[in-house]
Amino acid sequence: MSPTIDIESLGFDAGAHLRLKLALQQLAVGATLTVHGAGQDWAGPLTAWCRQQGHGVDFNEAGGRLAARVTRGSVQAGRWQGALQTGAIDPKQPDAVRPRADPAWGLAARGATVEAGGPAFPFRLNDKATLWADSAAALYAEAVAGQWNADTAIDWQAEFTLPDAIEDAVVQVMTYMIENENAALIVPARFLGQLHPHYREVQAVLAIQVADEARHIDVFTRRIALKGRQPGTSTVGGQASLKSLLDEPEFSVVQFLLAVLGEGTFVSLLNFLHAHAPDPVTRQIARLAARDEGRHVAFGMAHLGQQLAGDPALQSRLINAVEARFDHLSGTSGLNEDVFDALILLAAGGTDSAAIATGYARVQGLLQDMARGREARLAKLGFAPESARRLAALHTRNFM
Amino acid sequence: MNKTLVMGAVAYAPKVVTIWEGFKAWFDERGLAFDFILYSNYERQVEAQFAGDIDVAWNSPLAWVRAERMARARGLTVSAVAMRDSDQDLSSVLVVRSRDGAADLAGLAGRTVGFGAIDSPQATLIPLDHLRQAGLIAGRDYSARRFDVLGGKHGDHIGGEREAAQALMAGEIDAAWMIDGNYQAFANEGVLPSGATRIVARSGLYDHCNFTVSPGAPAELIGRFRELLLGMSWEDPAVRPLLELEGLRAWRPGRTSGYALLERAVADEGFYDEKGNILVADYRY
Repeated sequence: MSPTIDIESLGFDAGAHLRLKLALQQLAVGATLTVHGAGQDWAGPLTAWCRQQGHGVDFNEAGGRLAARVTRGSVQAGRWQGALQTGAIDPKQPDAVRPRADPAWGLAARGATVEAGGPAFPFRLNDKATLWADSAAALYAEAVAGQWNADTAIDWQAEFTLPDAIEDAVVQVMTYMIENENAALIVPARFLGQLHPHYREVQAVLAIQVADEARHIDVFTRRIALKGRQPGTSTVGGQASLKSLLDEPEFSVVQFLLAVLGEGTFVSLLNFLHAHAPDPVTRQIARLAARDEGRHVAFGMAHLGQQLAGDPALQSRLINAVEARFDHLSGTSGLNEDVFDALILLAAGGTDSAAIATGYARVQGLLQDMARGREARLAKLGFAPESARRLAALHTRNFM
Repeated sequence: MNKTLVMGAVAYAPKVVTIWEGFKAWFDERGLAFDFILYSNYERQVEAQFAGDIDVAWNSPLAWVRAERMARARGLTVSAVAMRDSDQDLSSVLVVRSRDGAADLAGLAGRTVGFGAIDSPQATLIPLDHLRQAGLIAGRDYSARRFDVLGGKHGDHIGGEREAAQALMAGEIDAAWMIDGNYQAFANEGVLPSGATRIVARSGLYDHCNFTVSPGAPAELIGRFRELLLGMSWEDPAVRPLLELEGLRAWRPGRTSGYALLERAVADEGFYDEKGNILVADYRY
């Protein structure tokens, strides 16, 4: 006897089709379902629905009651023949994250069943070996927990007045930071648009990096405007250095140049500003931004650690990239002179000789700290000590 | 050189180009030289079938009725070679508001009934005939209000039916005709809120579109065309999007047994004469 449902007085203008659909899902193609109903003219809309869905239907009257006999058609099952399997949700499960993401998986959730015949999406980054980091999910979660609201996390009302020359120095450093953060926003954003969404953990890391940088650009801008100033100067050398990051097509090389070397160097700079900036607002901004940049560096380190383990030849590609960038930038002046001087004044806090001597010594200390940091990170990635020292020194004088 | 099979179709919506370009490529890959000509209305398309312009036409049921009459008047024959599974055994429903609608057809006396386009088989001609068979004549026993969208498209554009349904819910008319599948579609769209309407009458069963073979069309090409159509599989991902756009799951062999209601309606409502000449005065296409 075939299974039976009673749709009672539920109309087809009120969702009755779902009662049939759910019952038919339990049946094999060709099996029949008996349907009773109590509404007015329920048989007509049922017939129309069955026709549209490709199910057969006929009617009989037994015991004075109309019954529909619906034969499950093959249309629904047919749609899923040859459907594509797309891994699974949990990245820790074996085979959940596939070595290659099929362009035809498109925008589907990882693990979804995808109908065959759909459009192919030309995501350039679809090879796990070139983009993955196991810690991406954890770093994303950390980033979400670490988000801060610029309105409340920074005391914009804090009272201070700096000498004009020192305020100008802060404004120049902020101007320089915005320029660099524009690069740090655009570079991951460009890869984000090319990344197959199958690798959603990496997608999430890049997305929140972009959001982090947008927030940094906002607070640096607000610090410039805080005392009614406009931004300072931007030089060819600084922009040329940053453009070379935007021009780099390989994801791992960019992670190396931007995150490991550039943003790593920036963490030193932000820590310096946190320690030596002459006003509380700049110090707070630097502290919060350094925390975010630290995560960006951590993703780059995790990604490259994993890539280098799987592809030893990558190390020489990275070395070449640093050398090529050095050569490329050798004709430029490197760090904006205004920025260098501004860092001294900012750390000096005044313009007398003693203060400037202090500021100068601090900036010298910063440069050494930056180089040591780069060297340490390179060593951690497995570069030989001599190579690490040399590459750390070849890094752009623009810091990023 | 192989001859090309030329089909006529009516461009009732932009998707028609996508559909037939897709079919053309699919036929071409299987060795059938195929091309299509788009017409803005079915009347000109049917006339083209007798001018030797097209070998086959993707015809509305009303266009089939006209083609059949024109052929008979000329001592020729036309035939239906294939049709959609979703075009067999349709019916039209007359929908009223639950709260104040007529309880039966007699209750429509003196009220306003909404119809579709003047040339819509499903929303005008068969419904007018259905009411006539029940003794109700438009203009005498009830007022007919037409929701005319795109004349000459034979009701393919469902805008007229939707406008009638909207007018019903707005209280502008007392009942509205629509094809049974649209009753569900308009409920899904929210045009007909759940429980706010009921079906007061349902027409008999009828068939919709078919591929009508022109008199004298090359039999071999038509045979190959039919064979390829019937071989199209819903399970083939290359074909499924085309079938979905065209609104079917499988092509069926053509049949002409499902046009009796429309034949009677065309005669009784005076749409075409026996030779297929257009009789209705205010028909614009």
